[in-house]
Amino acid sequence: MELFFQQLINGLTIGTIYALIALGYTMVYGIIQLINFAHGEVFMVGAYIGLTVIMFLGFTAAANLPLALLYLALILLISMIVCGLLGILIDQIAYRPIRNSPRLVALISAIGVSFVLQNVVMLIYGPQDKGLPQIFPDIKFIFGEVTITLMQILIFAVSLVLMVLLHFLVQNTQIGRAMRATAQDHKMARLVGINVNGIISLTFFIGSSMAAVGGVLFGLYYHTINFHDGYLAGLKAFTAAVLGGIGNIPGAMVGGILIGLAEGFGAGYISSEWKNVFAFVILVVILLLKPTGLFGERISDRA
Amino acid sequence: MSQIRLQRHWIYGLIIFLCFAIPFIDRSAYHQEVLTTAGIYILLALGLNIIVGYAGLLNLGYAAFFAIGAYTYASLNLAWHVPFWVAIPIAFVVTSIFGFLVGLPVLRVKGDYLAIVTLGFGEIVRIIFNNLEITGGPNGLLGIAHPTLFYPVWNNGLAWARLDFGVQSFPYYYLVLVFVIFVAYFSLRLDRSKLGRAWIAVREDEVAAGCMGIPVARVKLAAFAVGSSIAGIAGTIYAAKQGTVTPDSFDFILSVMILAMVVLGGLGSVFGVILGGLVLSILPELLREFSIYRMLIFGLVMILMMIFRPQGFLGNVRRKYELTSRRKYF
Repeated sequence: MELFFQQLINGLTIGTIYALIALGYTMVYGIIQLINFAHGEVFMVGAYIGLTVIMFLGFTAAANLPLALLYLALILLISMIVCGLLGILIDQIAYRPIRNSPRLVALISAIGVSFVLQNVVMLIYGPQDKGLPQIFPDIKFIFGEVTITLMQILIFAVSLVLMVLLHFLVQNTQIGRAMRATAQDHKMARLVGINVNGIISLTFFIGSSMAAVGGVLFGLYYHTINFHDGYLAGLKAFTAAVLGGIGNIPGAMVGGILIGLAEGFGAGYISSEWKNVFAFVILVVILLLKPTGLFGERISDRA
Repeated sequence: MSQIRLQRHWIYGLIIFLCFAIPFIDRSAYHQEVLTTAGIYILLALGLNIIVGYAGLLNLGYAAFFAIGAYTYASLNLAWHVPFWVAIPIAFVVTSIFGFLVGLPVLRVKGDYLAIVTLGFGEIVRIIFNNLEITGGPNGLLGIAHPTLFYPVWNNGLAWARLDFGVQSFPYYYLVLVFVIFVAYFSLRLDRSKLGRAWIAVREDEVAAGCMGIPVARVKLAAFAVGSSIAGIAGTIYAAKQGTVTPDSFDFILSVMILAMVVLGGLGSVFGVILGGLVLSILPELLREFSIYRMLIFGLVMILMMIFRPQGFLGNVRRKYELTSRRKYF
């Protein structure tokens, strides 16, 4: 039973990180029907920006919790802004010129962006793993055999707040309505006075900044990052988006957590060597049995 | 018209002759080695071209079929000493069966969802090879036999001489060359065949093709099976040449590289794909000094090509219109 709860906690933690990344996939896909292959790399860049901020400002282990939270807020904010702008830049350079081209063209371009980002990061930071210092006081909550770290609680709390805010933004504000309208029909959205290109840029900004949060939390949780990390995390997050129904924001959150749990329990009960296979098996099975995902109303191909 | 066709045949003949003559003109083993590797890539690119270029089905897990081919020969050879020449048709059949099975999802998903299913499949295959004991886990399989060839000689009567391919370069060069010529010819013929025309129809408009009586599902599965089996051949040759197979040589990057060869060369164009394969496998050798920038340059080229010339170096007119039109290709 301890194993169950421990893997539940671990799975939830990594699952919320996948959910944060999945939001970007699902939002971009919802609006321009593009699998933004470079999104996983944005996540990875987010982690590296976090590292850079920590190094640059010379953060060390914070003495108390409020100071640690202040550090975290600062790191997240900078990383979100940088990655958000990076997302807009990627769209402007690599996707906008081919907006009306067939999907294959955009997909190849996205893979190109992914290679560029990976290698730029590798050239700047080097190919070896980079360690992140511990900035949080090492607080653990122990319930019998089950341990929950402060970091895990923070990851969960930060993600939850951001997801609720995002849900509110999309469902209850003018901007959110414009986003939903653009996702439904670009031409009609433009006719009713929505700045479609602006909305697309905004979507890239929000999606990328969510990935940045995921990246920073990932780095702080595992204490080590590598320029390769974006690919696998990105794929799993994409799986999460598909599982939840692509284009569906709450679906991405649920999907992320389910993938995290599957991975946690799979690693705990079956074998950690096969950990990475579960997400892919789920992906293939979902696509074959229910391509619309759990909550998706979209059909798999609108072409 | 016949005048032009005749000239074309002469040009093809000349090119093939030059390819056969290269090892005699340039005796550098390194160059032969690079060209052999390029040839294996070209084989893969030609196979993928059938799936992506002809039938318009995006496959991002093509390296898996290459891996299946390589592991088929490796395990058959290590377990039962199955010789290379026997393993080739077996690998061909095995990979085409896998291609068929992986192709089954095409009946349900389309477009980039299909790309993701194939990507997932590719990863699953790699992880399985990485974790199974019978495939040697992450260390892979070692000590796979190199091919041997018996050929007749006249030595006071007919006798059989034995050629061990070993670790020399030139026998593999010729082996790969023969297969490339064969597969290229096969692709060209296939393009004009009934099946090839059915692929074009399905690619351009699936519904219309179905209405004209084309069995869409069967035609798509055929593309998967045929395209994958070529990767099986390439995999067998690769395993025989290397003598070892490891799971990490069949990663996602390889699938993307092959796709890039097809796309940069020209989707659906056999000569374009050969050119793309040559350029992308020789370029890294020339850029050896800048090897850390290699993937960066590669990524930039992919983006720029998609923006300015999506039909590739030698894309044909029909594909050009498909790829630059506002209609969805996938």
